Amino acid sequence: MQNKNYRSVNHSVRKKDAMQLLLGKPVYTQDVVPDGALVVKLLRSPHANAIIESIDTAVAKKVPGVVDIYTWQDVPATRFAIAGQTYPEPSPYDRLILDRHVRFAGDAVAIIAAENEKAAEKAMKLIKVSYRVLEAVLDLHTALDNPVLVHPEEDWFPPCEVGGDPKRNLVASEVSSSGDVDAVMADCDIVLEHTYHTKAFHQAMMETFCTHTSLDRYGRLHVISSTQIVFHTRRILSRALGIPKSRIRVEKPRIGGGFGAKQTAVCEVYPAFVTMKTGRPAMIVYTREEAQIAGSPRHEMEITVKLGADRDGRIRALDLYTLSNTGAYGEHGPTTVGLSGHKSIPLYTGSLEAHRFAYDVVYTNTQAAGAYRGYGATQGIFAVESMVNELAEKLQMDPTRLRDLNMVREGMIMPAYYDEPANACALDRCMERCREIFGWEEKYPVRDMGNGKVRAAGVAMAMQGSCISNVDVGSADISLTEDGTYTLRIGAADMGTGCDTILAQMLAECMDCSVDHVAVFGADTDASPYDSGSYASSTTYITGKAVEKACTDLKKNICAIGAELLGCTVDETAFEGTCVRCLTSGKTVSLSDIAYKTQVGSHCAAQASATHSSPISPPPFMVGMAEIELDKLTGQVTLLDYMAVVDCGTPINPALARIQAEGGIVQAIGHTLMENITPGTGGKPMEASLMQYKIPTRLDMGHLRVEFEQSYEPTGPFGAKSIGEIVINTPAPAIAHAIYRATGKWYRELPILPERIAMDLAEE
Amino acid sequence: MMEIRLKLNGKTITDHIDADLLLIDFVRRHGCLSVKRGCETANCGLCTVLMDGKPVLSCSLLAARADGHEIYTLEGLQQEAEAFVGFIADEGADQCGFCNPGYVMNTIALLRENPNPTDDEIRAYLAGNLCRCSGYEGQLRGIRRFLNSRAEGGSHAE
Repeated sequence: MQNKNYRSVNHSVRKKDAMQLLLGKPVYTQDVVPDGALVVKLLRSPHANAIIESIDTAVAKKVPGVVDIYTWQDVPATRFAIAGQTYPEPSPYDRLILDRHVRFAGDAVAIIAAENEKAAEKAMKLIKVSYRVLEAVLDLHTALDNPVLVHPEEDWFPPCEVGGDPKRNLVASEVSSSGDVDAVMADCDIVLEHTYHTKAFHQAMMETFCTHTSLDRYGRLHVISSTQIVFHTRRILSRALGIPKSRIRVEKPRIGGGFGAKQTAVCEVYPAFVTMKTGRPAMIVYTREEAQIAGSPRHEMEITVKLGADRDGRIRALDLYTLSNTGAYGEHGPTTVGLSGHKSIPLYTGSLEAHRFAYDVVYTNTQAAGAYRGYGATQGIFAVESMVNELAEKLQMDPTRLRDLNMVREGMIMPAYYDEPANACALDRCMERCREIFGWEEKYPVRDMGNGKVRAAGVAMAMQGSCISNVDVGSADISLTEDGTYTLRIGAADMGTGCDTILAQMLAECMDCSVDHVAVFGADTDASPYDSGSYASSTTYITGKAVEKACTDLKKNICAIGAELLGCTVDETAFEGTCVRCLTSGKTVSLSDIAYKTQVGSHCAAQASATHSSPISPPPFMVGMAEIELDKLTGQVTLLDYMAVVDCGTPINPALARIQAEGGIVQAIGHTLMENITPGTGGKPMEASLMQYKIPTRLDMGHLRVEFEQSYEPTGPFGAKSIGEIVINTPAPAIAHAIYRATGKWYRELPILPERIAMDLAEE
Repeated sequence: MMEIRLKLNGKTITDHIDADLLLIDFVRRHGCLSVKRGCETANCGLCTVLMDGKPVLSCSLLAARADGHEIYTLEGLQQEAEAFVGFIADEGADQCGFCNPGYVMNTIALLRENPNPTDDEIRAYLAGNLCRCSGYEGQLRGIRRFLNSRAEGGSHAE
């Protein structure tokens, strides 16, 4: 099945929207909506934990151009979650549109609707709020069982049982294990235990959160939003606003980046509420500051890893405890944490005899976290891969050879991964190839450059999933057009990744046509078939399979119509890409004629829909190696070379897969070396702009090299697994490893800033 | 309110504006929707336009300062952009596309100034154009392939 000569998949086809994007055409939310919408602005709390004693909007409402101002007294009393997850969501219903109790510095206090921005901003300054300031829980260590409760309200509601208890500031808690960890650990020659800390890093997608809402010609709420989750957003708005789902339409135009940030309905509810109140179009666009202080960043996690091994390097036991900070609201809290163990421990399935994974997810009075590419796996892999590197250094073993001994291999069942099989796993080949191309043997030894600078290298492995097993649903609806081309309707959201294009490639492969002959439409809740949305690395694997299934059904329909035109039975026909042939007579009928036939006295549509879900979530695998040069005087780390070898099954579009890998690696370089979160007044991050929150520029990332080691996943479309998320997981542990090699010091907290290194070196 | 008169993409425009109106909001109001806002602090490069041929950040320039000057946005430089952006498309480096107009505008400025830049010169010139999707390497490969193709006298990617 592997190495088949595909015509469309496994080729680097240009993204369908590429030239529109590169030529600056108006395709994003702020470009496609009509002028004249009310400007929606939010007054935000300066306090981390406070009760609004009184709020006076009378003077503010008199500002010319102000249409209305809403406070907690104006909104429905129904709690909801804004996490884009399949119903019933694991995330607790802990939000109101506006709450009298504000829970982080930046929480919404009032919604201002005005004819223009100036009026809205003037009004914002004139709203008089009297707060009863409460003690706040700002540190994740002190949150559990703290007498100060982030969610003391009685109507807190968990749609799923995930072990949460708001009276303990606990959102979720679980322990899972396999084998007798304590016994195996006691029998190990060497046991190491360390704690690793990662912060609430930002997706920092270039387009901030934005939404336009209006009433359509039927009086329904029409939402145009930069979102990865049109269907979940419809459901969230329905509950929050108390209006039927049938009265809401959600669509997304092109999206200016998401990376998971837009897997949460961060801003949709505010303009939607204004439109329902006023009947007028409304628009909200978050400033970069709002995106930084009231967005939906990564969950801060502290992960304690205990590892037991033999003297010869066999890793026999892993015991993980993750403490995750969900912030003031619980969206994605109960689920992100799971990946910190479930997508790190299985990497060592090869030798592991026992494992345990426990976690607590706590509320604090800080910005609510959400979904970010990697979704907990990134944090867990930083911890476990760093720990394995520490073991290698302790045993004075080559860390790549140590991994050869222990890694998961094709055909194994992974007990730490829900007993799912590694059907397709080229991790061993990834390691071999990475070692070779990177030049590991030459680069791993520490090299003093004689000018105060040291060169060193580090390594890490990673895995992710390809969907949420038994949960994610993808659908495709395909119809034949009169000129013999196809229209593909999907509910998955292309946020720049190119999923519209790779799904068209799959369709073209199945229907034996050119990718140019496939028009892709999505995503719109009124017109797209249901799809849980673009997240959890699922679009290629799940929606891709739905496309494949729909094509099979469509061919049957086309052949049936063709048989009628050819005067033969369906069994005598063959689908030949541009026509249907009667194998008995040799006669053919074109797809165009078949399409026209469906428009004349027809009882059969040249159209098919298919839906797909998967009982397993095949992991992609990856190896990353980093070479750095460290300046011992300043602590500056310069990344010289980053080599990654990825097993994503069959890369459906190698160019796009490569860009995914390169982009993910550079984001992770940012989290490792420069992007920081410093709690300021009331716990508000001081890095509230791109001036302070330093994401990598093209001068900060050295030389990237990405290669693919293909495997063939039998349950995926054309053997494909996922690519979008795994790529962010290796840089932190690999670079931290290289820094240890250069300095002799392990940095177990991200980011590893030059000043930390310089001060540590100065102390020595 | 004040009156300004400037050339936008070759057309003379007279408008009455608030003194504090930013150039980015002015050009978007005049239909140049390619110009994007990614930050408010002059850090991302998304809002790059050319003023009298030089790249400037339109989020940090008052529209009033453009009075009497000539502004070009990507809407007015489609042909010049088409000559090379296809090579970036072939790398898949357009990605979400939100940073593309600013980055393409600055690349136009670079190539006018220095028609044969080295990779390091490209990186340095475009350092102020942030991109969160692509990891930058694909953008560089695209520009490099364009330059190589042009040097070889090859036809440009469409």
